[in-house]
Amino acid sequence: MMPDLGKYAFAVLASYGSSLALLAVIVWASLRRARRIRADLEKVEARRDGKS
Amino acid sequence: MEQRATASLWEWANPVKFLRLSGWLLPWVSWGAAICLAVGLVWGFFFTPDDFRQGSTVKIIYLHVPAALMAINIWIMMLVTSLIWVIRRHHVSALAAKAAAPVGVVMTAIALVTGALWGQPMWGTWWAWDPRLTSFLILFLFYLGYVALWEAIENPDTAADLTAILCLVGSVFALLSRYAVLFWNQGLHQGASLSLDAEENVHDVFYIPLLVCIAGFVLLFVALLLLRTRTEIRARRIKALQARERAA
Repeated sequence: MMPDLGKYAFAVLASYGSSLALLAVIVWASLRRARRIRADLEKVEARRDGKS
Repeated sequence: MEQRATASLWEWANPVKFLRLSGWLLPWVSWGAAICLAVGLVWGFFFTPDDFRQGSTVKIIYLHVPAALMAINIWIMMLVTSLIWVIRRHHVSALAAKAAAPVGVVMTAIALVTGALWGQPMWGTWWAWDPRLTSFLILFLFYLGYVALWEAIENPDTAADLTAILCLVGSVFALLSRYAVLFWNQGLHQGASLSLDAEENVHDVFYIPLLVCIAGFVLLFVALLLLRTRTEIRARRIKALQARERAA
């Protein structure tokens, strides 16, 4: 299944590894912040609705 | 009729309408990105042959070219939304530019890292002060400066104004990154891998999976942009509500 990358195996595998890792980091960080901010907003709105 | 169409376009700058539309679009775009990236990268990595000159390093094209293309175009998108902010003062457009920048950082980093990894076996060096490579490095520094400027300024409107100016200046390097090879016929980097002129394009066996990967990168950017802009709108609302609480 794994293609024979020959003498360039390091260059190809390092490119895929580093790129996929960077993409995973930005997706993870974006989802994490989205969840946190959404929860914070719900708290602030609940506090406001409780007061009014 | 034309006036109505224009008016309706600006209606989407309304945060509530933007949240509603982006909430509907986000799952579709995200799934499209996941499918295109999975298909394109698996196709490119496992099912394409080696190039007769570059050997298996040609497989790096499926990451390097889409990432470089996105790095330049994300900056152009930030320029357009920044100009909309400056001219029309729509908060959503300023927040969209802010939301796009970290994605641009990642795309530029991928282009630089994969370029170095590809360059070492092909050119015999990880880095050269070639016009395209240098302008890309400067673009990367502009991205970092842009993100840092947003974080450094407390007032969001002032931050949006100053980052819009930075974006305008950085656009020179975004364009240079794209056209440096044409402006200065020197350096190691080759010309465009993709062109409307069929004679210049890579062979179909590499070209079609490359197009799928590009579609995947574009859709991934749109998905992240929608998600991150939604987050920025909500963060801004939190600040507004907290300011009202303090004032009450």
